[in-house]
Amino acid sequence: MTTPLQIGFIPLIDAAALIVAVEKGFTHAEGLDVKLVREVSWSNVRDKLNIGLFDAAHVLAPIPIASSLGLGHIKVPIVVPLTLNLNGNAITVSPALHAVITAEIDGDPLDPMATARALSRVVATRRRNGGEPLTFGMTFPFSTHNYLLRFWMAAGGVDPDEDVRLVVLPPPFMVDSIASGQIDGFCVGAPWNSIAVDRGVGRILHFGSDIMQRAAEKVLAIRQPWADKNPQTLAALVRAVFHAAEFAEAPDNRNEVARILARPEYIGVDAGVILRTLEGRLKIAADGTIRESSRYMMLAREDASTPDPLQAAWLYAQMVRWRQTPMSMEALKAAQVVFRPDLYQTAFDDKGTRQTASKAIGAFAGPAFDPTDIEGYFAALQTGHESPEIPC
Amino acid sequence: MAAESSPKIAIVDESPIRAAILEEGLREAGFTDVVRINEMQSLLSRIYALDPDVIVIDLENPSRDVLEQMFQVSRAVRRPIAMFVDQSDAASIQASVDAGVSAYIVDGLKKERLKPILDLCISRFNAFAKLQDELDRTKSALEDRKVIERAKGILMKLKGLTEDEAYVLLRSTAMREKKKIGEIAQSILTASELLK
Repeated sequence: MTTPLQIGFIPLIDAAALIVAVEKGFTHAEGLDVKLVREVSWSNVRDKLNIGLFDAAHVLAPIPIASSLGLGHIKVPIVVPLTLNLNGNAITVSPALHAVITAEIDGDPLDPMATARALSRVVATRRRNGGEPLTFGMTFPFSTHNYLLRFWMAAGGVDPDEDVRLVVLPPPFMVDSIASGQIDGFCVGAPWNSIAVDRGVGRILHFGSDIMQRAAEKVLAIRQPWADKNPQTLAALVRAVFHAAEFAEAPDNRNEVARILARPEYIGVDAGVILRTLEGRLKIAADGTIRESSRYMMLAREDASTPDPLQAAWLYAQMVRWRQTPMSMEALKAAQVVFRPDLYQTAFDDKGTRQTASKAIGAFAGPAFDPTDIEGYFAALQTGHESPEIPC
Repeated sequence: MAAESSPKIAIVDESPIRAAILEEGLREAGFTDVVRINEMQSLLSRIYALDPDVIVIDLENPSRDVLEQMFQVSRAVRRPIAMFVDQSDAASIQASVDAGVSAYIVDGLKKERLKPILDLCISRFNAFAKLQDELDRTKSALEDRKVIERAKGILMKLKGLTEDEAYVLLRSTAMREKKKIGEIAQSILTASELLK
């Protein structure tokens, strides 16, 4: 007998593990009959998961924390038994903004501190000249894109709430918005950065992994009561998706995976663009300049799949830092237990050998993040961009 | 009296017909201050310019995430919005998601004033979905009829049947194969196309 499951996803390349799990039979082998349901907004995915229309969902890593804490919406306890990917975003700017940042830059353009300080000078000049503030697009208030952009800007001395405008835009609208000049830059996942580059309307300034070496991006989210009631099904799903992530990441399978993801019912974009993302070889400028990084998007490598409470704590710290919620030790604890390495580990026979220890986030600036001293972390951030750069 | 005045309702829907149905329903129910937005470019600034008390949006609309931004306290957000329904009111959330609509209250409006608006939106959205469904079925029935007529013609010509006999043959085949008569007719058309 097979267990039917409805799983919601947003058409993005980091839904790869889920899509491959179904298409390559990993879910079927685990006795699961998974129906993937494509959605148009994160709010829809969240609501349909919360009310039980979906058994599981592909969501932005901060969403299960926000739902569990009741931020921005009704409070529903969600657990994360598997991380679908680390990293995978990029910051793209318009050619015009890229030109003025380049003119102001003092240092290596691949160094986020150098670009953030250059951005700060650009912002100051615009203000002096009475220009409109720069506008940046991101995908959701509770998104890594929001936090990455803010972290980067703030490190250079730009106040993301006062000095620029940050606006939410659905990912498919990003490219048109930068083309029409409504926004000057954005932070979004694949394939949208590459599509902006291909259309000649954007230039990739940074990979998300330049800002954070290890940042949980999308996670598998499940309602806690469901997880408690269906431990076998949950373990089967975790195994299927993990094995699919390994499959999708293997260099030999990339062409096939790109073709599957490119299909109209999944992402519906050119397979070549998807392949570049899977390879971590992105065209960053219209002139064809390629930049390569093995950290661009990680599905299963380096224990990427392990849900890490350190990541949950970091995301909670960003919510506090940007005033989405007041600081509370109780809420910090509640946020950390949303990410469940135990549920991940117990799904596998070789559980003893599965690495579940926390790994450093590796932010390019600021103090090393330590959830046991979150107040110390905030105090160190207060000193802003003048503080020495300490690698985490 | 300001407190008794009709709240200003903004309908964000790319389907002009559904938005019109919704607006009519709201006006009939006495909500006179209704504005439709069907242009998603710079949605947030349009909403600020209108300054509504309630925002209704269809769930097929990717711009729903844009509205979620209004929960934030930042310079971009002038009048934050609250929860769209009460924490305890799970049934309302379920009904609205099922109907494909969501409503947001902008700061200041009492929650109990949202309930009748939300209920009305749900029933109008459901009515619209039913209409759409009926329209689709009528369309496909018409399409089927054309296909069946042509298949009958082919059977009459090839097998020398009368029109009635051709129809009976189609129907009995459909019943035997547990398929729709339109599907059998379509396979006859496809086969005859191949054998030409």
